[in-house]
Amino acid sequence: MSSSILPDARVPGGGMEQKWEHCLDNLHLLSPANKRKKKIIVVGTGLAGASACATMAELGYQVEAFTFHDSPRRAHSIAAQGGINASKNYCNDGDSDFRLFMDTIKGGDFRSREANVYRLAQISGSIIDQCVAQGVPFAREYDGHLDNRSFGGALVSRTFYAKGQTGQQLLLGAYGAMNRQIHLGKVHLHTRSEMLELVLKDGRACGIITRNLLTGEIRSHSADAVVLATGGYSNIYHRSTNAAGSNVTASYRSYRRGALFANPSFTQIHPTCIPVMHAHQSKLTLMSESLRNHGRIWVPVAADDQREARDIPETERDYFLERKYPAYGNLSPRDISSRAVKQVCDEGRGVGALKHSVYLDLQDAIQQHGTAFIEQQYGNLLDMYQHITNVNPYQHPLQIYPAAHYSMGGLWVDYHLMSNIPGLFVIGEANFSDHGANRLGASALMQGLADGYFILPQTIGHYLAENAPVRVSDHDPVFSATVEEAQDRISRLLAIKGKRSVASFHRELGDIMWHHCGMARNQLGLNSAIENISALRAQFWANLNIVGSATDLNQTLEYAGRVADYLEFAELMCRDALAREESCGAHYRAEHQIQGEAKRNDKQFSHVAAWHFQGDANTPQLHKEPLNFDCAKQVERNYR
Amino acid sequence: MKFILSVWRQPSATATGRLVDYPIDGIGADDSFLEVIDAINENLMAQQQEPIAYEMDCREGICGSCSLMINGSAHGPQRATTTCQLYMREFSDGETITVEPWRADALPVIKDLIVDRSAMDRIMQSAGYISVHTGEAPDANEILVSKHRADRAFEAASCIGCGACIAACPNASAMLFVAAKVVQLALLPQGQPERCHRVISMVEAMDREGFGNCSNHYECAEACPKSIPLSVIAHLNREFLQAGLFGREFSAAAHRVVHEE
Ligand SMILES: Cc1cc2nc3c(=O)[nH]c(=O)nc-3n(C[C@H](O)[C@H](O)[C@H](O)COP(=O)(O)OP(=O)(O)OC[C@H]3O[C@@H](n4cnc5c(N)ncnc54)[C@H](O)[C@@H]3O)c2cc1C
Ligand code: SF4
Ligand code: FES
Repeated sequence: MSSSILPDARVPGGGMEQKWEHCLDNLHLLSPANKRKKKIIVVGTGLAGASACATMAELGYQVEAFTFHDSPRRAHSIAAQGGINASKNYCNDGDSDFRLFMDTIKGGDFRSREANVYRLAQISGSIIDQCVAQGVPFAREYDGHLDNRSFGGALVSRTFYAKGQTGQQLLLGAYGAMNRQIHLGKVHLHTRSEMLELVLKDGRACGIITRNLLTGEIRSHSADAVVLATGGYSNIYHRSTNAAGSNVTASYRSYRRGALFANPSFTQIHPTCIPVMHAHQSKLTLMSESLRNHGRIWVPVAADDQREARDIPETERDYFLERKYPAYGNLSPRDISSRAVKQVCDEGRGVGALKHSVYLDLQDAIQQHGTAFIEQQYGNLLDMYQHITNVNPYQHPLQIYPAAHYSMGGLWVDYHLMSNIPGLFVIGEANFSDHGANRLGASALMQGLADGYFILPQTIGHYLAENAPVRVSDHDPVFSATVEEAQDRISRLLAIKGKRSVASFHRELGDIMWHHCGMARNQLGLNSAIENISALRAQFWANLNIVGSATDLNQTLEYAGRVADYLEFAELMCRDALAREESCGAHYRAEHQIQGEAKRNDKQFSHVAAWHFQGDANTPQLHKEPLNFDCAKQVERNYR
Repeated sequence: MKFILSVWRQPSATATGRLVDYPIDGIGADDSFLEVIDAINENLMAQQQEPIAYEMDCREGICGSCSLMINGSAHGPQRATTTCQLYMREFSDGETITVEPWRADALPVIKDLIVDRSAMDRIMQSAGYISVHTGEAPDANEILVSKHRADRAFEAASCIGCGACIAACPNASAMLFVAAKVVQLALLPQGQPERCHRVISMVEAMDREGFGNCSNHYECAEACPKSIPLSVIAHLNREFLQAGLFGREFSAAAHRVVHEE
């Protein structure tokens, strides 16, 4: 297998603790005057994008920011609930950078790059400092100090939070920082603008093509570097905890232009979500993992138990997480908890009308701490639950089931967060970086902000100082050629004039992915999924119905473009899942297990799988970045 | 259940709009309001008619995208609820439900039920933040904030920027929205240096964008899906008066004489 396309990951030498410092010390620098001449495009203004825009503008760069939303404040980061990790050790419970690093590496089942994860832990504390200085109202103790709680996969309390609205508060902090730079004229914000294509010249990223969602205008934008901060793609499952607009388009279109896609099949299914209750349901709402600090998860011991929860005596309840994983109990990591939930439901012990959920029970905690305390901690979450289900969670246990939630996979990046395409950087959920095969709770916010505030703004300067050529004009033929391709694709979509709605294709694709490339996967299922996806894609291009035109606000057309990309990307996910003949983290191959626990194969699969597009007619090529563990020993992941 | 949705259709900003009735059947009490619009849209598209344009994203009450006037109430009949969290069990079977966009000069209609809320962003851009460069911050526990104060700052900070307060106000005033941010930052020690500057700049920006004045109708807090309390408006007024007295450049942190709640 050729490895020429996969560049060196640029991990600096030296001891683990010194690597980031070494990297910073050796970066080429640009003078303030030269920074002002450099233009950087940032696509996506969620936590990662907004924090990067603000910081790069503070450093003096000209920043052009793009979002398909009407405002940066609507990015899906706003929905993050439970909290953000940092190794501050404010609780004096033995936390340290090393422990946060180890927990994250182990949580990811030894499928992430050690040096990146160590850096993340080192930076985590500064993120909290920065956010507090911006006025982010984190929860506090009565004495005025910041409060912490625990999240899955950790035995210490290192999670900072703002009720169940941590993402909202952090995003509004970053939004404020970016707004300040917009006011100063250093960030130019383009809302309701969707990136359709990446533009390359001589192998470098030199700009993007966007569609104005109000007028349909297709435009070229050139810059010295392009940053993607476009979020995750769990929405491919149709029903997920993600927002309706979450998509893979920017990443996938860049992949088609040569960017490597790493570990695309590593997607997280979150254990605690409100289950599917009826056919029209369009969304699976997350109930934050933080609830597991006080909630106990159980099902009846006997299958088909028809009694109400409160009528089932203690001895006839199975607190299966506490039973199977006594050390971590209800705070076992997400992949393991989700599978355990699926298992008891598959055994026929699920509860609820459709028998496919488990109880998350707050009764013990209410008895111990009182209703007021639980309300103070989780009030808004529990209100949300009641709104949706019409059931009072203070009186009855919540019913939950796993749902698609987060993409660990994403575009491949090196230690500088640059993809294999020079000048194309990827941050936040859109890159594959730090979470390996499974992300721990409260670490996505940490990673997005580490990337945006502290890493990218430094490393991008190195690229710009070292070797960025003269900026390509947006009149260059590479732009007009790419504009034509984008326009052509839209015309083809509108020309289908078939009968089926976009949503119906999305639903069908979601079903295929959920059953064959979700919580459990096997060779047979994945192979049939690849066939079914390909057939569905053919139907889509033959029988799609879009009403309306290309030169107007047309939400169906926007949606169609995103689903068209999902229909191609789904196949890549399945291929990746097929090629990884092991179980690790959230990737669970039924063929590779010991009594239901994932069986890793370090000898053959201790690598990042980076896929290279080879044209529509060919299967993509797999490149492997070997993962070495100098600091963390690759042991069996044991939460018992 | 079945319903008739009487929906505002307006092809573009400049076109005239009108209400059009769409009957729909087979709806469950646990279906969400937006899922009903989706069902109508699927029917419309099957008949080659343009679907109803409306905004939503998170569908869990936090992004502030959804924004419908339902039977004349912003976000519909249920208190402290966004449109996306409204379920059909709140309506009676057979009901005709009117669905319109927000109406305010500063939030013009773009198409059907979608309005342009960028004026709200521009107010925030004017001064709705604490100026601190990345990397400048001291340790997070260096400045203590009492729990009571932090909780109140959080309460104000939970605004989702939906604009329901503006839509509900007879004057289309943005006072509740602006006050929520001003009060959040005025309550925190980190917000003191720019406190006077912030409130003056944001109120000026609000006026510039053409939002109306507040004449104490109090419809805003009724409509607010996040229960931002009315008291933030009184607090904003005090902040504004105080800033008028001391001047824009007055730094509350340096003088420590300001009124604190
Ligand atoms: C319900 C929920 C709860 C969560 N809770 C937590 C938690 O408690 N703790 C935690 O650490 N993590 C949590 N997460 C995960 C975390 O919120 C996300 O991983 C993170 O916020 C992603 O941030 P981001 O900046 O990478 O992307 P996003 O916030 O998704 O932003 C993506 C941006 O890209 C733009 N965009 C996308 N595509 C295009 C395009 N083609 N053209 C133009 N613009 C585009 C969007 O407009 C948006 O601005 C949660 C996630 C969900 C869904
Ligand atoms: S104050 Fe309330 S109604 Fe007004 S924008 Fe904020 S959340 Fe919406
Ligand atoms: S869709 Fe996000 S608040 Fe309603």
